[in-house]
Amino acid sequence: MEIEENYLYTKEHEWVSIEDNIATMGISDYAQEALGDVTYVELPQEEVEVEQFEQFVSVESVKAASDIYAPMGGKVTEVNRKLEDTPALINKDCYGKGWIAKIEVRDMDESTNLMSAEEYRNYLESLGA
Amino acid sequence: MELIFEKSVESRRGFCFGASDVPTQASIPSKYARKEDALLPQVSELDVVRHYTLLSQKNFSVDTHFYPLGSCTMKYNPKFTEALASLPGFRDLHPLLAQLAGGERWTQGALQVLYELEQWMCEMTGFKNFTMQPLAGAHGELTGIMLMAAYHKSKGNTQKKYVIIPDSAHGTNPASAALAGYETVSIPSNKEGGMDLEALKAAVNEKTAGLMMTVPSTYGVFEPNISEIAKIIHSVDGIMYYDGANLNALLGRARPGDLGFDVMHVNMHKTFATPHGGGGPGAGPVGVNEKLSRFLAISRVVKRDDGLYALDYDYPESIGYIASFYGNFAILVRAYGYVLMLGREGLMDTTNHAVLNANYIMKKLAPYYKVCFDRICMHESVFSAKVQAARGVHAIDIAKFLIDQKIHPPTVYFPISVPEAIMIEPTETESKQMMDRFIEKMIEADILSQRDPAAFSKFPMTMPVERPDEVKAARDVKTSFFLPAVTDAA
Repeated sequence: MEIEENYLYTKEHEWVSIEDNIATMGISDYAQEALGDVTYVELPQEEVEVEQFEQFVSVESVKAASDIYAPMGGKVTEVNRKLEDTPALINKDCYGKGWIAKIEVRDMDESTNLMSAEEYRNYLESLGA
Repeated sequence: MELIFEKSVESRRGFCFGASDVPTQASIPSKYARKEDALLPQVSELDVVRHYTLLSQKNFSVDTHFYPLGSCTMKYNPKFTEALASLPGFRDLHPLLAQLAGGERWTQGALQVLYELEQWMCEMTGFKNFTMQPLAGAHGELTGIMLMAAYHKSKGNTQKKYVIIPDSAHGTNPASAALAGYETVSIPSNKEGGMDLEALKAAVNEKTAGLMMTVPSTYGVFEPNISEIAKIIHSVDGIMYYDGANLNALLGRARPGDLGFDVMHVNMHKTFATPHGGGGPGAGPVGVNEKLSRFLAISRVVKRDDGLYALDYDYPESIGYIASFYGNFAILVRAYGYVLMLGREGLMDTTNHAVLNANYIMKKLAPYYKVCFDRICMHESVFSAKVQAARGVHAIDIAKFLIDQKIHPPTVYFPISVPEAIMIEPTETESKQMMDRFIEKMIEADILSQRDPAAFSKFPMTMPVERPDEVKAARDVKTSFFLPAVTDAA
């Protein structure tokens, strides 16, 4: 199970990387592995405002449809349109080319609600992963 | 096997119309008229009969094979109920007749079926009244949530906004709540598969409209804290909704109305052996207690003082019609026959055997597959194929293996919170011999996963369609046999 060291994580297995006030997010290796082959990603609208931990994306795989939650609250500034044609990017490169959306962060303090890579690793262990 | 379009031969006909002997007048404006013939297969009557008879023989069904599809209750439906529903007095009855002046006198038998079935449903579930109208379980859910909304409206509870739903619920629960205008709050399950009470307490407030709960849960285990949960929800004037999807594990042993629930729906095809799947037709009657009775759908069937059955519309606070006429009447006739045939003891026996069979399979497979909740299960049990997955054999591979053994696979990958889930529901209608054969095949799959995991990639090998590429089918959607592939899934 790969965990990107410099990213932050949610209990619902989203990752987020914050640079300046832009948070780039996607789903973790554990999440893509659990979902299996991703077949469709329903992306959010750009410019939409989301709250932290609000459901704003859904990802469908052969096994199931899963809700994806915003790791940080703010305005969605960009979505990864490549996922519309190539949802498999999430399986191939979940921490890179498989990113899902960028959010302009409203309140940087919300990041204290997230886990570090180390904490996320322990969390996965507690789930028996 | 060929499609019927591929069997088409130019100018072959099943039937030829004679020349019309009445004057024809084109009533469709020419701009809407088709310019060329429709692309229909040109086949003879015999071609059609052979094609569809052969197709039907490829069906994998409860009538041909063991079908332990967890959560779906694929029990055998006795054929006598089909005969009942085909009786001309039921089959040929015009649905308007009962509504015409004096028409009730000509429809007493049908009204009696609706009236008595309602009485029996009330007796079996501990509720005051039922509406038989909802056309399926999910439609029943929507009806139940509409009743919840009508209750809050009548009490001036304008702040009600949320319906609480455990994370193990069927997806129809949040969909029904949302369709009725509520937002949903998800409550996590605890390690025993029950509801996390602390999380529930934290989520409940004056905005809570109610709670939807499946008992036993979709994990196939009984919820031991129902009274406590009902107390919490009722303390904020919330409504307790019982999702009757798994009523077949409780019938005759416990009644939702006695457990603190205010409203419920019943999936007739699961508990009362009416036809499954394929779009139904279904029936999802909704029961209510005193609190919600006056909001129930109309028309309602009543028994008058003179002993005659009649339709009654005089419920000013009713949510109104939620389906045309009386729901899927012929389905209700089947359920009526089923209840009448089995009786009180017989129905309790079905429950006992459904639970006993599920526990038998759970115990026998526990040494080979990881049991998710180590406690007595109800009508179904959930395993995780984690151990096999570590060998490279996933739940889906075990499912494909079983197809070659002429066994319908159990449900896989549901509940979604269980990794590599395999959910097994044998139902009460299977014999010990059949279950033993299934258990033997499941053990064979485990042994093969150790010896030759690569073998699984080829299963099934004996079916008309072998291993389909499910990922390609979902990513590269081709919706027409004749047109170029439509690849844009959006």
